[in-house]
Order: sequence, then structure tokens, then C-alpha cells
Amino acid sequence: MTMFLHSRTLIPGMVLTVLFAGAALISLVWVPYDTTVLDIANKIKSPSWAHPFGTDQFGRDILSMIMVGARTSIAVALVAVGIGMVAGVPLGLAAAARRGGMLDEFIMRMNDLVFAFPSLLIAVMITAVFGASALNAIIAIGIFNIPVFARLTRGAALSLWSREYIMAARVAGKGAARISLEHILPNVANLLIVQGTIQFSLGILAEAGLSYVGLGAQPPVASWGRMLADSQTMISFAPHLALFPGLAILLTVLGLNLLGDGLRDILDPKLRRART
Amino acid sequence: MLRYFLKRLLSLVLSLLAASVVIFLALEVVPGDPAAYMLGLNAQEDTLNALREQLGLNGTLLERYLSWVGGLLTGDFGISYTYRTPVADMIGDRLWVSLPLALYALTLSTLIAFPAGIWAASRRGTYVDAGVMGVTQLGVAIPNFWFAMLMVLVFAINLRWFSAGGFAGWDAGFWAGMKSLTLPAIALALPQASILTRVMRSSLLDTLSEDFIRTARAKGLTKAQAMWRHALRNALIPVLTILGLQFSFLLAGAIIIENVFYLPGLGRLVFQAISARDLIVVESVVMLLVFAVIMVNFAVDLAYALVDPRLRRRAG
Repeated sequence: MTMFLHSRTLIPGMVLTVLFAGAALISLVWVPYDTTVLDIANKIKSPSWAHPFGTDQFGRDILSMIMVGARTSIAVALVAVGIGMVAGVPLGLAAAARRGGMLDEFIMRMNDLVFAFPSLLIAVMITAVFGASALNAIIAIGIFNIPVFARLTRGAALSLWSREYIMAARVAGKGAARISLEHILPNVANLLIVQGTIQFSLGILAEAGLSYVGLGAQPPVASWGRMLADSQTMISFAPHLALFPGLAILLTVLGLNLLGDGLRDILDPKLRRART
Repeated sequence: MLRYFLKRLLSLVLSLLAASVVIFLALEVVPGDPAAYMLGLNAQEDTLNALREQLGLNGTLLERYLSWVGGLLTGDFGISYTYRTPVADMIGDRLWVSLPLALYALTLSTLIAFPAGIWAASRRGTYVDAGVMGVTQLGVAIPNFWFAMLMVLVFAINLRWFSAGGFAGWDAGFWAGMKSLTLPAIALALPQASILTRVMRSSLLDTLSEDFIRTARAKGLTKAQAMWRHALRNALIPVLTILGLQFSFLLAGAIIIENVFYLPGLGRLVFQAISARDLIVVESVVMLLVFAVIMVNFAVDLAYALVDPRLRRRAG
């Protein structure tokens, strides 16, 4: 328990993350108001007891929209991080196991290539080809995550390969694949968790941006980015429409970043000062 | 140094080649015939063929790729399917909005981050440090297009200091143009400045704990003198890397921010082209942006070698 106190950021980060993950989970079974039902009589109402965050241009409850939108954001970012890890980590392990070889060189060059395409440009291309949807947003953000995890894994694995216990495993006759899985992977897992949290928060920002410009989730799927896009023309007379979805994004991303910082403090004391 | 340069140059050419193949193939799989789209339903077969010939749509995949790349190299980006004007002209006009915007934001980001990072590092552990870090934590987490909307609400709608959107044009004078880019540039710069501040601070703190700083202090330099004369230059290397990476984020971020402010830049052009299914425009703009990113990273690699002789030797 004391280790939780070593980090000042862990608790606030956890609270914010649990708050929004909880809102997303609760929205699966219950929301204050149905977000698919329009209530034009109550449109653009300021915050009140009945609607704590007010209502939008169709009379939908903004609190409910934010809860449902949390689901979209979290799902998109989570799957995108999953894609990055599932594809990137084995690539990084393989590159490190064959360090300096053709495979290593090939993987790293491919990584450089993907890095030359900012995730937004990947999304633009995918949208141009396949149309806009939450799924295509996931793919775009996911592709961008692959080299992030591949690089991180390779870098960490490279330093492990020269350690004595890896030598011992090799002497014992274990192959490169087995060593990577049994000895390298468990030792880079902490790093991956920390980076995963950071990529998760970046994914939420990216999803919001894509949805804002219409490349992400399409109506009727509720999404924070879309809510902001819809609110823009009404911002002069109904600023609350823009305020709450933006705050939701800000607090979720902030929470994940603080959580990532805190986890790193606990899991990897060596890196404590290095994070930027 | 020459060997290092040649190695980098080779990898630059390969990256550009690979990027162009990826972009070309991605948009090649899109179904539909642009010529039929342009001429409508009642077009005659021979008219269609003539237009396909003119647009370079006939021929094998390789021929089309080569003619596209050849066109790019000679400044001929093809003809827009919807506007029927040369894509190069369309991009040329918009570049004069997007490029100044990205540079403006990069300048702001640097001007904020350097002093803030140095200030926080030199007051490590104090309230100044904690305050700067807290603000940057917020700056990293805030969606910049939302921040842009809030600025519009405060500075354009309520205070009326700026216009809420649109571009005055450089014809209206340099300052008028810069004024319409100011809010967008601040919005773009905010997250980048936050990241850069954190990099600057941690890089300086790392350097300040090195032996040569202790030596400098031991020979009688004050803390400030050691920082300005020795630490700063050594701390710049990671900062340069991030600065190079940021350029690509700025370019990509500009695509979104231009939409908040209705700026007639490359970002808006891309979205108009997507909704009009004007793929040749999408293809060219994406290629141009990727080209810019690759070139900047190349320049950063070279800049390293100039700043840090150790790197040259290792890589050579």
C-alpha cells in the first residue's frame, strides 16, 4: 500500500480514469435519458436539476450523451492500443532477437515509414478509400501505434539480451523465440503497461479529433468529438454545449496521463525522472 | 561526415519511394472511374477514353505510378476531378496559409517552451517548477480544437479582438494575415509547447547532474553561469529531436485547426476533396505532407551531426 503513496499522481489519475470508465460501463445498462429519443420541446436548455449538463439542439440530455460518448472514445482508443501492442510487441521482440540482421533492419525501416505518416494522414487516406467510420478510425490510430510499441519493445529487449540470465538461458539451450517469450517479455511488460496508458490517452485525443472533423464515429453513434463539432455553430449562445464534452475529453486524457506517470513511478523507478 | 550524410540521403530516398508507393496503391484500390464521374452518365465511350488518356488513367499500374511520380517531380500534380484546375495551383494557393500557420505555431511553441523549461529546471522542486509542470500537464491533455473553440468564444465573440474565422489574405497586408492566423497558431502551439517544455526541463536536469557541470561549478562558476555556458547546449539534442517530430504533428494538427477557423489551407482542401471524392487531390496533398515530414526528419538528423560530433563518428 505504501507504494501507492510514493506517487502523487497515481491516485488522482486512478480516480479520473475509474470515473470515466465507470460512466462508460454504466451507460451500457442505464443512462439518465435515452440519447436516441429527440425532445425538441426541451432543446438547448442550460444546466438544471433535471439536466445537470443541459440539453443539446435536439433536446437530448448532455450528461447521457457524454456517458455514451465515453463508451465510443474508450472502445476506439482501447482497441487501437490493442492493435499496436499485438502487432508491435512481437515485431520489436523479433527485431531485438535478430539484432543487426536483415529482419531487424526491415522492421525498423518499416517503422520509420509509418512514422512519416501522422495518424491523421493515415485516417485521411483510409477515409478517402473506405469512408468514415469508428472502425476506420480505430484502424488508423492502431496502425500508428504499431511502430510506437515495436520501437519501445526493441529498445528495451536489446538491453536485456546482453544480461547474464539471458546468456544462461542460451547456454541452457533455449531458442531465441522461447527466450523472448519467457524472459524478455515479462521484463518489458511494465514498460508496455506505462506506454499503453499514454497511447490510450493519445488515442482518445485522436478519436476526438477525427470525430470532430467527421472522419470518426458517424451519427447516431454518440462521440465527444462529434458533440463538439455540432456545438460549434451554437457556441455564442449555448457555450455549455461545447463546455462539457471538451471537459470530458480533457479530464479523461489528464487522468490517463497521471495514471501513466504514477504507474511508471511504481513499476520503473529508474525512469522516474525521464518522462516528458 | 560525408559517409553519414550519404547514408542518411539513401534512407531519405528509400523512405520517399516507399511512401509514394503506399499512397499510390492505397488510392488505387478505390472503385470508380474518375472520367465517368467527371463527364456524367451520358458520356460517349470515345469521349471517356480521351479524358482517361488525358488524366493518365490508361496504361498499366506501373506506367500510371511512374507518370504520377514523374509529374510530382516536375511540379505537375495532375488535374482535379471536380474543379478541373491543376492540382498544383490549388495546393500552391493553400500552402501559403498552412505553411505560415505551422511555422507561426512552431515559433510560438519554441518561444514559450525554452524559457519555461529553463525556468522550471533552474527552480527544480519549487512551486515554480510544480506550477509549470502542472500547466504543461493540462496543455498536453487539452484537445487543441476545443481550446481553439474556447478562444473563439472569449477573444472573438466576447472581446471581439479577433475574427472568429476565415483568412484575411496576404493581400490585405502582412499583419492582417498574421492576425487571422494568431488564434489558430496559439491553439496549435499549446500542446506542442507543453511537450517541448517538459523535454527541455528534463533534458536540462539530466545535463545538470553530469560530471562536467560539477567541474564547472568547482572551478568557480555560479549555477547560472554553468547552466548558460555548458548545460544548455548539451541539453539541446533531445529538444531538437522533439522539435523535428513536432513539425509533423503541427502539419497534421493544422488539418483539424483549419477546420475550426475555416482557414482556406491544405486541411480544408483535403476534406473538401474527400467529400467530393476528388482522389487525385487527396493523393497529392497527403504525399506533399508526408514529403515535408520526411524532409524535416532528414534535416534534424543532419542538424544532430552538426550539434554533436560524437554522433557523426558513431554513425559513420
